[in-house]
Amino acid sequence: MATFLVKRLGLMVLTLWILSLIVFFAGQVLPGDPGRAILGPFAARSAVQALDTQLGVNRPLLTRYLSWVGGVLHGNLGTSYTFRSAVEPFVQAALINSVKLALLAFVIVVPLGIIGGVIAALYNGRWVDRVISVTGFSLATVPEFVSGIVLIVVFGVALKVLPVTASAGAGASDASQFRHLILPAIPLVFVLFGYIARMARAGTIEALNSDYTRTAVLKGLPRTTVIRRHVLRNSLLPTITVIATQTGYLIGGLVVVESLFNYQGIGDLIFKAAQDKDFPMLEAGILTIGVVYVLATLAADLLLIALNPRLRFGSSE
Amino acid sequence: MTDITAEPGAPTPIDPVAPLGPGAQVAVAAASRATPAQWRLLARKPTFLVGAAIVVFWVVCAIFGHQIAPYNPLAQQLLATNAAPSGAHWFGTDPLGRDVLSRVIVGARDILIITPLATILGTILGTALGLAMGYFGGAFDLVTGRIVEAVLALPSFIIAFLFLVAVGPSTGSLIVVIGFVFTPLIARTVRAAVLAERHLDYLSAARLLGESPARVMFGEILPNVLPAILVEFTIRLGYAVFTVATLSFLGFGVQPPTPDWGADIAADYIGLTAGYWWQTLFPALAIASLVISVNLITDSIEQVLAA
Repeated sequence: MATFLVKRLGLMVLTLWILSLIVFFAGQVLPGDPGRAILGPFAARSAVQALDTQLGVNRPLLTRYLSWVGGVLHGNLGTSYTFRSAVEPFVQAALINSVKLALLAFVIVVPLGIIGGVIAALYNGRWVDRVISVTGFSLATVPEFVSGIVLIVVFGVALKVLPVTASAGAGASDASQFRHLILPAIPLVFVLFGYIARMARAGTIEALNSDYTRTAVLKGLPRTTVIRRHVLRNSLLPTITVIATQTGYLIGGLVVVESLFNYQGIGDLIFKAAQDKDFPMLEAGILTIGVVYVLATLAADLLLIALNPRLRFGSSE
Repeated sequence: MTDITAEPGAPTPIDPVAPLGPGAQVAVAAASRATPAQWRLLARKPTFLVGAAIVVFWVVCAIFGHQIAPYNPLAQQLLATNAAPSGAHWFGTDPLGRDVLSRVIVGARDILIITPLATILGTILGTALGLAMGYFGGAFDLVTGRIVEAVLALPSFIIAFLFLVAVGPSTGSLIVVIGFVFTPLIARTVRAAVLAERHLDYLSAARLLGESPARVMFGEILPNVLPAILVEFTIRLGYAVFTVATLSFLGFGVQPPTPDWGADIAADYIGLTAGYWWQTLFPALAIASLVISVNLITDSIEQVLAA
């Protein structure tokens, strides 16, 4: 277990380092001259050079990388080209908004997916199973902006029961803000539901076919007890893994959903920064998303170890 | 519950990108033993036939779109803007009076060019890397394997997004970026398949005959892991459709006025609030039908191989 932890943390450090290299390369090396980007195509060459010197972008690449990483490690993520001020407050506010939306989606989808998967497994092969599996499968394969548009058409335009923008506006009550977040959360729920249900179904079927379940049934335990105590406890472990790894897909979905529903989250932040070619903002947003994702998967791994004695005391490592 | 480790030698019990669950791994392993009988079974599966029929339909639209479409997809009729579906315009018209049906038909082209090319690029690169990792093993595999693992722990969509902003939107950059993002995923699958072959007698025989590493990898191992690669290819194809559609919605694909499902939706969805639902709903349904049918094909292949 100690070896496993060391390896896991080592992998995380390597991942974060690669993330920093990717963001530095794609954000600062590939796009070319930031002085020109800020001042525009008609600025004088001398002005561009002066700004480049001021920004320090004509130093050697290694020096630039080291000073950039040093700044990031001290919480200095850069200065926005668009707003001419530090990017951290923008990123922080956007992250909080996104977490709200993502949490709502998770709170809806995790129980729904697990219940759906377990029911499908209990009715394995019958029509209930087929309906749940086919529905989940179809919903999971459709991009969020497609399902989002269908939802807007049905609930926002035809039935007029839910607001089609995610932001309730400044000073809105929590209940009103919550109502505005329901519609944007549903496309995220759609994509995640299929994967979670599929994993919960596979795990439950495996647990149902196991020897310990047969023993539990044969010794006369009631069916609900067998399912609760013996089946679910074993079947839900792989589902936790899937839920954690799906945060990555959820983040991809946030970019789309937030811009579709005009919600000021981190996905919307990087999308707008991309349109404005505001590279410091874009880099900060992507670094933040990457770090949050890496930490989420780490938390899931630790949770899995805590829940699975075989990994806690295991000799597999 | 069995071991949840996805592949031999994985350093963590977590498989960072196994959204398809153990089924995909089983299918990949089973694919090496695919028989003609299994492929015949596949040709009789209704889900496969429906999926294939829809994909063939869109491929025909992509190739002959301009001949099939009732109108020129670029022709603006400024006297018939935002017209609701009617006998003349089955899917209505957009804010510039262009025929939505024609744009949906012709708009199939770019997604059907970008998606397979990106997946092929990723498969070629991933196969080369995976073969080398599995064949050479040792320090090379250890170092490359850790890097692949670390890259897979990043949210790939966001990374693709960043690179597309840096290099600018175009069909070519979309293909290259998605191809690169898929490379480590495919490399991991190919490596696992190679490891299963590595200790078999035919490889020792080939090595004793003095064949070069490149010849052993591409001449001996590759044909034997090819079915596994094909399954992986179809799985990635489904993701590629999803990703390409999303990225063109975000403006990284084909640029207007060329018809494209994702780009057209992005251009017209503001009209939803005014009630012009046909401008976005029909391209949205086109995307949905394509992704679902590609995934139906993949799913049928997996089921047949796992049976």
